[in-house]
Amino acid sequence: MSELTSRVAPASSTAAEKFKFYGLWVAAAILLVVLPKLFGSGGSLTTFSLIGISIIFSLSYNILLGQTGMLSFGHAVYYGLGGFLAIHAINIIGFNKLPIPLPLVPLIGGLTGLLFAALLGWVSTQRSGTAFAMISLGIAELIASSALILRTFFGGEAGISANRTKLLRLFDWSFGPQIQIYYLVAAWTLLAVAAMYALTRTPLGRMCNAVRDNPERVQFVGYNPHVVRYLAFCFSGFFAGIAGALAAINFEIANSAYLGAVQSGSVLFATYIGGVGFFVGPIVGAIFVTALSLGLSDLTQVWQLYFGLIFIAVVLYAPGGITGLVMMHRPLVKAGTLHKVLPSYVIAFVPTLAMIAGLMLAIETVVHYTVNPGDDSHIKAFGVSFDAASRYIWTMATTLSIGGFWLARKTWIWVGRAWDEANSGEREKGAAA
Amino acid sequence: MSAAIELRGVEKSFGITSVIRNVNLTVAKGERHALIGPNGAGKSTLFNLISGYMVPTTGHIRLRNEVISGLPPYQINRRGLSRSFQVTNVFANMSVWENLRCAVLWAAGHRYTFWKNIDNLPEVRERTARILADISLTARRDVPAGLLTYAEQRALEIGITVAGGAEVILLDEPTAGMSHAETERAVALIRRLTEGRTLLIVEHDMSVVFGLADRISVLVYGQIIASGTPEEIRSNSKVREAYLGEEAA
Repeated sequence: MSELTSRVAPASSTAAEKFKFYGLWVAAAILLVVLPKLFGSGGSLTTFSLIGISIIFSLSYNILLGQTGMLSFGHAVYYGLGGFLAIHAINIIGFNKLPIPLPLVPLIGGLTGLLFAALLGWVSTQRSGTAFAMISLGIAELIASSALILRTFFGGEAGISANRTKLLRLFDWSFGPQIQIYYLVAAWTLLAVAAMYALTRTPLGRMCNAVRDNPERVQFVGYNPHVVRYLAFCFSGFFAGIAGALAAINFEIANSAYLGAVQSGSVLFATYIGGVGFFVGPIVGAIFVTALSLGLSDLTQVWQLYFGLIFIAVVLYAPGGITGLVMMHRPLVKAGTLHKVLPSYVIAFVPTLAMIAGLMLAIETVVHYTVNPGDDSHIKAFGVSFDAASRYIWTMATTLSIGGFWLARKTWIWVGRAWDEANSGEREKGAAA
Repeated sequence: MSAAIELRGVEKSFGITSVIRNVNLTVAKGERHALIGPNGAGKSTLFNLISGYMVPTTGHIRLRNEVISGLPPYQINRRGLSRSFQVTNVFANMSVWENLRCAVLWAAGHRYTFWKNIDNLPEVRERTARILADISLTARRDVPAGLLTYAEQRALEIGITVAGGAEVILLDEPTAGMSHAETERAVALIRRLTEGRTLLIVEHDMSVVFGLADRISVLVYGQIIASGTPEEIRSNSKVREAYLGEEAA
């Protein structure tokens, strides 16, 4: 009973929990500082910078999708406008020698995102669901097409470029070398992640969740769901603008692709694949998708196809995303029944992998015959060379994918059974307690 | 005695179908008032009109002498009227604790605040904990509302309704679908939580109605055919004919 009463009014969390909480942030900060020491090549620094930008962008998107239940098809608008304003700001600051250092420029991007979200969001946030999604798509098309028409501001096809090194220097940092850009992105990422996390723990943040779950009921506890959605939209635009400005600083250019449907789609991908139900989901998704798109594009020419397949697989079989899959196991770990499911995973892994390998082989062979039929049939994909014309390869692709699927289906049933068993054990324990 | 809720000439029609016809109803401050009537009489529609979910076609609704008809639900709620729903209407993915806390926030003056940590609001925490204990769900504090049993969800529904401390409470069939024991517990809960407040309740269970209500109004085909104390209603021939007679038969 004492346990029950102590849970009635959870006083401010215990010292141990606080230590764990702040320890996590300190550890993240230290990791960001030492990361370039471990992987110092120019390529990895660029990758890290892109991941940082993608983390901010995906988290800003999840303020809409995961936190408030709004599916946007046009989030790149605020990212892109933030990027363009940042580029113009760098040019103006550099030209007039204004006393503003580069690290403050992302704030200009953020304020741009906020301003446009505040202007465009009032109407679209009247409703969530299909109406909101359609309006977001319409606005995105509108802004993206005006980017090609209003040449003076958006620079047409070529975009607008800038020189980031011509600004007021702080501590003698020119922000020319990628390592300095990495630290700039890392600092803003940490700041933005902390701010967005804090936002989820405010009254507004919780009402966002309530609006996501049940906008109707929210009205009967005193809140206007439209205002809640609108404020969430403004915050989301602000952080998207910061991400866009950082991207513009990183590439020293902003062009119409920043605002486009592909950019809006990829942030949806990253957020969803990572998992919309958890705060860390979009972070996981941003890391996974950025690393994968950079990695896959070297390995195969149809990397976007694999990307789409992964997305479909996540939507169908793991709607909680990667984070959801991992977090599913938390109750099992707590109940100590994780060992009951692990063997079934190992068994299921083998035929599933065979099926995937077969599918990849088939895809690459088909791609060879549809995209470059005239070329030599000895192709290389994922670092493996094979002859796309060989009957042996065709047979292998068919056998692996069909046989793998057939076997894998059986093993997935085992996984399901192992899960039931692990869970029922936990339930019995719960009933006994 | 001043009126908490006052309906004057309220009508509601959908197209040519009129659902509520010239309803006049007064619920006095501090009174427990039950609204009864056969299925389809328009009881839920009347609740929707009072709580702002629907706007009356004609007529006026006053909450403590202030006209509220035409206002959106959240404005009416901020003026001190809170309602529950016949079909459980909670925040399914959020824990019991979060559900109740969301219902406390506006009343505690936190509005759309985004600069305060929600866990550092002692007043909100205490109010939430008190409601949680009142509805006896303390042990289920961290369970997502969607995973509660039916009776627990009904209790949470009532908890959310009263959490904001509204003066006027509207409960729409709070005991529907409950077992006899659960109903008894729910009635005790309602009695306790609405102490010193005004209650308007829609209920089908006559033992609940006659045990709980100070006054009863009978709604048949969108019209109030009688209003009075339980004794008056019991002995009213029109009511017996239209409604209670069926029950007895």
